Amino acid sequence: MKGLKQALPSIVVIAIVVGIWWAVVAATQSAIFPTPWAVVTGTLELARDGTLWEHIGASLMRVGAGFGLAVALAIPLGLWMGWVHGAFVTLNPLFQIMRPISPIAWIPIAILWFGVGNASPIFLIFIASVFPMIVQTTVGVHTIEKRFLRAAENFGVSRTKLFMKVVFPATLPQIIVGMRIGLGVAWLVVVAAEMIALRSGLGYLIIDSRNAGNRYDLVIAGMIIIGLIGLMLDGFMRLLESMKVVRWRYAH
Amino acid sequence: MPTKSSTKIRVQNVRKAFTNDKVNLQVIEGLDFEVNDGEFVAIVGPSGCGKTTLMNIIAGFLAPDSGGVHINGVLRNGPNRKGIMITQQGSVFPWLTVKQNLMFGLPDEVPNREALADEYAELVGLKGFENNYPHELSGGMLKRAEIARALVVKPEILYMDEPFSALDALMSLRMQNELLRILAIEKHTVMLITHDVEEAIHLADRILVLSPRPARIQASFEVPFAHPRRVSSPEAQALRVAILKELGVTETV
Repeated sequence: MKGLKQALPSIVVIAIVVGIWWAVVAATQSAIFPTPWAVVTGTLELARDGTLWEHIGASLMRVGAGFGLAVALAIPLGLWMGWVHGAFVTLNPLFQIMRPISPIAWIPIAILWFGVGNASPIFLIFIASVFPMIVQTTVGVHTIEKRFLRAAENFGVSRTKLFMKVVFPATLPQIIVGMRIGLGVAWLVVVAAEMIALRSGLGYLIIDSRNAGNRYDLVIAGMIIIGLIGLMLDGFMRLLESMKVVRWRYAH
Repeated sequence: MPTKSSTKIRVQNVRKAFTNDKVNLQVIEGLDFEVNDGEFVAIVGPSGCGKTTLMNIIAGFLAPDSGGVHINGVLRNGPNRKGIMITQQGSVFPWLTVKQNLMFGLPDEVPNREALADEYAELVGLKGFENNYPHELSGGMLKRAEIARALVVKPEILYMDEPFSALDALMSLRMQNELLRILAIEKHTVMLITHDVEEAIHLADRILVLSPRPARIQASFEVPFAHPRRVSSPEAQALRVAILKELGVTETV
């Protein structure tokens, strides 16, 4: 009941936007721009013949692969850079230069190296999400409060224990922030990457719908589905933030 | 007179300066004193006089420029778990539960780590909160957890740097009584730094007054009152006035 009350204003805003959209399309009698209802029927059509699920599955698989690779590299690398000063001063400048390069700028190189198969978008997602995660992890290690390291030193624990019980858990909240940023960027990029080539994915759905007979109802359906899935992915990441071992950092 | 063998901590001619931007700041100037086994020594002094620096040197977190600290007759070389530091800020790990915090300092080969952690949680009055995270505890409970985590590793010395200063006055007093109750069970040597003269009188066997920077020992007071003490007693108040006078504060009683 309380949740509903909180969600009510945002539902009203969305309803108003859809209402204006519908009214404008009706008033201008546009032949190409679809009404909200046309988008709904278009979506149902795709869902019924199964292509919608294929596109969603393809996009999610690419994000899963690219993001997973990025996590597997960024977390150990970020921890190492945060802990070992020499690693930080050696690698950080390179990453700081590469980080602002838009993943879109990598598309030609991705096609050159990996062709137009699945590897290209996976590579692009990897490139897009790895740097924010490295940076956040490194920052996380650098911002561990000295009093905690000192306490660990006082108890004379082994290096393994220091790492497992202090350094890693102290950094985990920042790692999760990095993962949230990384996954957000990954989802942005998969759609852009799929617009270039390939035969599946939500990005492909949008471009293909436009090219194959101006099906703008499907274009907008694709956009809305991308938005909703992005929201869901972020929701999963928020679940990580609510874990008790990291709540100390976000609380207040 | 204490015999030589009962000397726990010997601070010998310790000097420490901090240099920054070519300014040489002498913080501690030739400090000498001893703390006996099982003794509770409080150090009071004006703020910024180098109390915390001194404590860090004694606990092994900081090396003196010259002189040395001997613990049990052995020259101090870095911190270890025979002497645990408790600070105003506290350092209970927020990502571990109370019980995990208590077990943190216990090496894996110690038998019954869990039972020991439970025992000490109960000793400090945290029974029932073993599986809570620090952010679910009040400030006083957090302090209890920190004390328990220190005690569970059976240290010989507790270094307490303004341990209760972040608590409100009532909770501070309550924790002082708790500390006395625990120390009556577990005999530890304690060094306490405080700016609260009444706290020092309430807790300590001996009170050292440090001079303004560079720190040296300006005066030493025995506290001859038996526990439980009443800080409001005329004798205790007279001692308080005498200590405050050393600190440059005159007060009419």
